[in-house]
Amino acid sequence: MTTTPPPPQGFATQTTGEAPGGAPPGRKDARGRFRRRTADAKARLSSPWASGIAIVIAILWTIPTLGLFITSFRPSGDIRADGWWNVLRTPRFTLDNYRDALAGSTNMTEYFVNSIAITLPAVVIPISIALLAAYAFAWIEFPGRNTLFVAVFALQIVPIQITMIPLLSQYNTWGLAGSFWAVWLSHSIFALPLAIFLLHNFMKDIPPSLIEAARVDGAGHVKIFFKVLLPLLVPAIAAFAIFQFLWVWNDLLVALVFAGGPDVRPLTVFIAELAGTRGQTWHLLSAGAFISMVIPVIVFLSLQRYFVRGLLAGSVKG
Amino acid sequence: MEFLDNTRAWLAYLWAPVSTWLLRPDGAGHKFLLMAVAIILFVVVMGLILLMVDRGRRLPTWVVTLAFVGPAVAFLGFGLVYPAVRTIYASFFNRNGQEFIGLDNYVRAFTQSEFQIVLRNTALWVILVPLVATLIGLVYAVVVDRTRFERVAKTLVFLPMSISMVGAGIIWRFMYEFRQEGATQTGLLNQVLVWLGLQPKQFLMDTPENTFFLIAVMVWIQAGFAMTILAAAIRAIPDDIVEAARLDGLTGIRMFRYITVPSIRPALVVVLTTIAMATLKVFDIVRTMTAGNYQTSVVANEFYTQSFRARDAGFGASLAVILFILVIPIVIYNVRQMRLAEEIR
Repeated sequence: MTTTPPPPQGFATQTTGEAPGGAPPGRKDARGRFRRRTADAKARLSSPWASGIAIVIAILWTIPTLGLFITSFRPSGDIRADGWWNVLRTPRFTLDNYRDALAGSTNMTEYFVNSIAITLPAVVIPISIALLAAYAFAWIEFPGRNTLFVAVFALQIVPIQITMIPLLSQYNTWGLAGSFWAVWLSHSIFALPLAIFLLHNFMKDIPPSLIEAARVDGAGHVKIFFKVLLPLLVPAIAAFAIFQFLWVWNDLLVALVFAGGPDVRPLTVFIAELAGTRGQTWHLLSAGAFISMVIPVIVFLSLQRYFVRGLLAGSVKG
Repeated sequence: MEFLDNTRAWLAYLWAPVSTWLLRPDGAGHKFLLMAVAIILFVVVMGLILLMVDRGRRLPTWVVTLAFVGPAVAFLGFGLVYPAVRTIYASFFNRNGQEFIGLDNYVRAFTQSEFQIVLRNTALWVILVPLVATLIGLVYAVVVDRTRFERVAKTLVFLPMSISMVGAGIIWRFMYEFRQEGATQTGLLNQVLVWLGLQPKQFLMDTPENTFFLIAVMVWIQAGFAMTILAAAIRAIPDDIVEAARLDGLTGIRMFRYITVPSIRPALVVVLTTIAMATLKVFDIVRTMTAGNYQTSVVANEFYTQSFRARDAGFGASLAVILFILVIPIVIYNVRQMRLAEEIR
C-alpha cells in the first residue's frame, strides 16, 4: 500500500484464489488436472518466447533495487567514481555508509524510532475500532444498517487529500498539532473504511449457525465476539494488519502534513528531505533507503501469504 | 467564584506536565512508552465499551448498536465527512479563506497553462499506469504460472510493492542518474545509452518525456499487484473450459486471447480500476524524484505544493476536490462492471 495501493474495492469475481506460489490444490480430483496443467506450463515455458519474456521482466524488476543495494555497500569515493556494475573490477565493500546514516550527522536512528512509534498504534487503533463496527454490521440487526454500511464502504473513495487542511486546523485547536497523536488519529481515520469493509466480509463468511448456537446457549454479544468470532478472524486481522503496517510505514503524505518536527517525523520524510536537499550524496541516500526498507521487506516476506490472502479478499469477495 | 478559579488553576497546573509528557516525548524510551500508552488506551476503551454492553443484560438494541458502531462513526464523521465538506466549501474562497470568489479557483486550474500541464500529466498517469502495469502483470502471470521458479519469480516482481514510493523514487533516481557526456556514467540507463554509442540523457529534466520516466516507476511498483490478483484469477478458470478450447484446437496466443482474458475479465476490471485510483493519488514519486519541477507535476503533488508551500488554501482545496471528482467515474465504471458480471452469472 503506499506504496501499498489502497487495496482493491470491488466485489465478486469468480476467482477463489491460491496464494502466488501457493501449494497445489490438494484435493484428489484436482490432482490429475494439476499435473496436466503443470505439463502445459512446461510446454509453454519451453517455448523460447515465453521464457524470454519471463526472464526479461524478472531482470527489469530486480536490477534497479540490486544496483542501489550494491551501491550502499561501496565506499563513497567509489560510488562517485563509477557505476555499481564495476564492483566486480573494484570489489571493495564497507559498512561506513550505514554507520554514517545511522549515527552520523543525519542521525537516522531517531527517525527509525519515530517510524516504529507511529506505525504500531496506527495499526492497532483502527483494528480495534473496526472490529466492533464490523461485528455490529454483520451480526446486530438495527434500522439503517445497510445504508450506514454502504456509506462507510463508499467513504473508501474519498481521497485523503480532501480532508487534510480542515483536519490540521482541528488538531491545532485541540493542541494536538504536530504530535504523535495527530498522526495516529489521522492514520486510524483513513484506515477505517477499508478495515470495516474487510473485517465485515470475513465475519459474514462465518456460518450463522455458529452464532445462533452460541446465542441459544445464552451467550451475549461480548462472549460471542471473543469466544466465537475472534479466533476465527485471526487470519483476516493479520491480513489487514500487514496491509496497514506497510501503508503507514511507507506513507509520506500523512507524515509530511501531520508530523511536526524531527521529534515525530518518520523515515520516509527524512529520506525525501535528504533527496531534496542533498540529492547527490548517494552513499547516504542508498544506505538510508535500505534502512527504511528493511522492516517492511521482512514483514512482507515472512507474512506474504496473509498479505496475498488479504489482497484477494479485498478484490474478490463481496 | 474564587473556589472555581482556584480549582481551575490547580487543574491547569497539574495537567501541564501530563500534557507535555503526552505531547512532547523526548528520547526513544519515552516514545515507546507513549506508544504503549496509546495502544493500551484505545484497546481498554474498546474493552470497557464491550464490558458495559455485557453488564446491562436487557439493554435496548440501540444502545448496544451505538456502543459498537459509535466509535467508528464518530471517527469517520469527524475525520472524513466533516473535513471533506469543509474543503469543498473552502474551494470557493480565496487564498486565505476570507473572500468568496465562486468558481475562480476551478477556472484557474483548468485554464492557466501551467495547471493544464498538471492535468495533462495526471491524465497520462491515470491512463498509462493501469494499462501497462496490468498488461505486464498479466503476461508475467501467464508465463510463470506453474513453472518451477514460480514462487521466486513472483516474489521478485511483487517485492517493489512492499517498499515505500519514496524508496522506489530513490532507486529509480539512481537508475536515471546523469553525468556530462564524456564523464563516467554512474546511472545504469545512461551507461547503457553510452554503450550503445548514444548521448547520455537527462531523463528527469527533458520535457515532455520525463513524465513517462516517472510513470515507469509507478508501473514498476504496481505490476506485482496486478500479477498477484490475475494469477489467482487464471488459476480459477474452470478446467472444462480450458479443456474444451483445447479440443477445439486453441493454443498459445489464441488461447490467451479467447479463453484466458475473457474468463478473468472481472478481475481485470478490479485490477485496472484499483491501480487507476492509486495512481490518481500518487504524490510520493513525483515529490521525491523531481518535486514537480520540469513540468512533471500531477494534481496530488500540486495540491500539496499549493496548500502547504504556496499557502493558497482556496486553490489547494479546489485541487483536492478535483482529485475527488476524478475518482468518481472510475468508481462508477467499477461498480457497473461488477453489476454486469453478477447479471451474467
